[in-house]
Amino acid sequence: MRKIWDIHGGIHPAENKSQSLHKPIENAGIPKQLILPLAQHIGAPASPIVNVGDRVLKGQMIAEAKGFVSAPVHAPTSGIVSAIESRVIPHPSGMSASCIVIDTDGADEWIAHRGTDDYTTLSKLELVDLIRQAGIAGMGGAGFPSAVKLSTRDDKPIETLILNGTECEPYITADDILMRERAEEIIAGAKILRHIIKPNKETLIGVEDNKPEGIAALEKAAEGTGIEIVTFPTKYPSGGEKQLIQILTGKEVPTGGLPSDVGIVCQNIGTATAIYRAIQFGEPLISRITTVTGDACEQPQNYETLLGTPVQYLLDKSGFKKDACIRLIMGGPMMGYTLQDTAVPIVKTSNCVLAPTVAELPPPPPAQACIRCGMCAEACPVSLLPQQMYWFSRAQEHEKLEDHKLFDCIECGACSFACPSNIPLVQYYRASKAEIRQAQQDKMKAERSKERFEARTARLEQEEAEKEAKRAARMEAAKAKAAAAANAPDSSKADIIQAAIERSKAKKAESADPAQAAIARAQAKRDGNAEEESPQEKTERLQKLFASAEKRLTAAKEKLALAQEQQSDNADAFATAVSKTEEKLAAIQQELTEHRASLTPPPADATSADPAQAAIARALAKRAGTTADESKEDKTARLKNTVSTTEKRLAAAQEKLALAQEQNDANVAAFATGVEKTQAKLDTAKKELSDHLATLAPSDTAKQIASDDPVQAAIERAKAAREAQASMSDADKVKQNIESLENRIARTKEKLDAARAEGSDTADILADSLAKLEAKLAAAQQQLS
Amino acid sequence: MIELIAQNPFIASLVALVGLGLVFGALLGFAAVKFKTEGDPIADQIESLLPQTQCGQCGYPGCRPYAAAIADGDDINKCPPGGEATIAALADLLGVEAKPLDAAEAAVPSVAFIREDECIGCTKCIQACPVDAILGSAKHMHTVIASECTGCDLCVEPCPVDCIDMRPIETNLQTWHWDKPKPVEDLIASDRGTAAKSGAAA
Repeated sequence: MRKIWDIHGGIHPAENKSQSLHKPIENAGIPKQLILPLAQHIGAPASPIVNVGDRVLKGQMIAEAKGFVSAPVHAPTSGIVSAIESRVIPHPSGMSASCIVIDTDGADEWIAHRGTDDYTTLSKLELVDLIRQAGIAGMGGAGFPSAVKLSTRDDKPIETLILNGTECEPYITADDILMRERAEEIIAGAKILRHIIKPNKETLIGVEDNKPEGIAALEKAAEGTGIEIVTFPTKYPSGGEKQLIQILTGKEVPTGGLPSDVGIVCQNIGTATAIYRAIQFGEPLISRITTVTGDACEQPQNYETLLGTPVQYLLDKSGFKKDACIRLIMGGPMMGYTLQDTAVPIVKTSNCVLAPTVAELPPPPPAQACIRCGMCAEACPVSLLPQQMYWFSRAQEHEKLEDHKLFDCIECGACSFACPSNIPLVQYYRASKAEIRQAQQDKMKAERSKERFEARTARLEQEEAEKEAKRAARMEAAKAKAAAAANAPDSSKADIIQAAIERSKAKKAESADPAQAAIARAQAKRDGNAEEESPQEKTERLQKLFASAEKRLTAAKEKLALAQEQQSDNADAFATAVSKTEEKLAAIQQELTEHRASLTPPPADATSADPAQAAIARALAKRAGTTADESKEDKTARLKNTVSTTEKRLAAAQEKLALAQEQNDANVAAFATGVEKTQAKLDTAKKELSDHLATLAPSDTAKQIASDDPVQAAIERAKAAREAQASMSDADKVKQNIESLENRIARTKEKLDAARAEGSDTADILADSLAKLEAKLAAAQQQLS
Repeated sequence: MIELIAQNPFIASLVALVGLGLVFGALLGFAAVKFKTEGDPIADQIESLLPQTQCGQCGYPGCRPYAAAIADGDDINKCPPGGEATIAALADLLGVEAKPLDAAEAAVPSVAFIREDECIGCTKCIQACPVDAILGSAKHMHTVIASECTGCDLCVEPCPVDCIDMRPIETNLQTWHWDKPKPVEDLIASDRGTAAKSGAAA
């Protein structure tokens, strides 16, 4: 006898298993309609590969697995796909999910399928793939895809393969009857699993000791296979995977870990049978054994049920008394959930439909206060502290719940069962688990939202910065343009000025030339009279000459004395030289005295210079005259020129303004002022021109008067303007008047605004004058109309 | 030295205390510069508790500004999407009294939905969305990325054709969970019979 271990806690509820074991497994037959949910397993729902109206054969795959943790769905019998739609599925929420609905034709026609003659020739991968294609999911209740569970990694060697035949939950006998009737299939499945997993230690089948017939059948079938049937005392919840592992091996699966972490793979015996049929005969998972029991059923029994069979169909077969039934439960009384709708189908995980009477499963009495008796903690198979978790759950202390390992709770309900105050502890834990998961999801979503928000903010900031940079660049360009625009007239003006200067220079040069020429002429004239050198220079020259002559005389005298001393022949010659030099010296001296005498009286040069100066003065005067006094014709031409250039500039400025307005440039205002200024200049230029023309038009007397008296000139100008106006029609006059008034109003407004902005005292006065101007304008407009 | 101290106990103690003060002041000043904390740790913690819907219902342009405002002493009860749970968490963090929510009711988690037939493709909602959860371009139909939508309502107002609905998030099989049992009324012995009867009737 091998050693078995015990689990902590556990309870012993009434078993109630015998009712459904009186009869053998009965084939439930083919209902009119089968409803096959796409998600009968844990993981991603399968995806339909048939269309509405298609005829499907028994065993044909109608929905394929989506992703690794998923399982395909097969047609349990032949028929027509009548709908792919949302139907109520067996789920505690009572919600709907997409299902494939098959209207059966009763022919039960198999699709071509073939088993494997010798599975030992196939590799593990091939076998696992066959199991995956057969759509086998854990049939004990959780529905975890078996292929995933069997895809063990090589770096985690498996010591023990365990088949779970415990079936600890009351009422359920699906596994029990399977053991009794199909022990060979279970053992065959176990052998295939052993071949796939290759446990290096042992293969065990764990069965509670309340199923002696099943144990006997299994032992008989397992003879000589090396598969050991291990029995252990009945206790709820020994059938939990982790609990069974602990009972059989003494190993505990760590928190958050998997059985493979401790070298164990665990499969339900129902799953083993399904695997056997899939490998041996090529039959996918299309039916299962489901217990229909409870006192509200007249014939409680196990059915070989096609997946998708409505619960109502099974109940009808079992003599279900609706009135007697207090609530319909899918699963067992401990972990099952209430079915709201009998139309829900049997799925891969549906091991039991329980229809109890009120006497059998009375509604739980109202919960009372927790008295901290600790019976829940004693009952807990996972050694948790249920009452602590209960308080934390009520207070929503999620962190403490996690500290107390809420997520290790297998929701077996032993604590609720043990609680003398009838507190639905498991419901609290389920709700709290959901709350914590929800909080985690919310947190993740919040993180993601934050990231997205920050990314968006950063993007907007960058865009704004780019826009700002562009705007700055545009503004710079506009400024440069404006500057160029402002400079262009300026430069042209500068050019004009430059040209004018150059012209005047040239003129001056021309006019200077005669002056220079005159000077030169005068000088030449003077040169004719006087020597080129100045008197001072001459004095100096003469003095130098005199000094050198004296030196030469001294030297000659010395030479003469020497010659006389030596009785030289040359003495006479020397004497002559000395006398000659003396003569020269005397002549120079005379000249010098004469020159000095000539210097003492006022220089005679002044008179000769005077004509030159006069010429210069004349030339300068002439030049001044030409620049100062332009002719009338010249002035007219100049003024006309100014008007036309100003007009051109105005046009250009207006064009620029329009462009700027179009582009919403920031410099619109600047351009507008530019236009206004140019307009003002044009106005003044025009006025000047008209004035000038007016002065030209009237008689010379007027001109003379104008030139004589400024007052007279103003009067004359006014007269001229009136005369000019006289040539216009009245309407034109009024229009002009209005225009000028408008101009003045605009200007006054500007001034007023400026004054107001500065808080100046003149604001009131300006406002006054503005009002007056407006009144005038109104009058003028009235006149015009 | 000792004599000097013994003779002038008052001055000696004064010098010693001032000296200590200077030394520790310098140390603290150095530490303040050397170990300066970047950002506002309190605001960071507060922000981690906020739901990040970025809805602006608190009056601040996003969760981070509100977190900063709370750190500066603003009320903690201005976040309708967070509801009572957030207020409780904030009160816990900041050690202040939890206040009732400063709004008519806590926001129901919802998601924006664009009735696509009516959308004229004006992109106004796209510009309003704080988390870029709306797809579309000018003159083309827009649609909401439901998984990214925070349900902040900000896109509803700008829509010129009112084609955006805020739909409460429906529970599906993935989001469904068991409800918590109704809080137990603490019964006294004399209530037990009636309660049991009403329980049975239910």
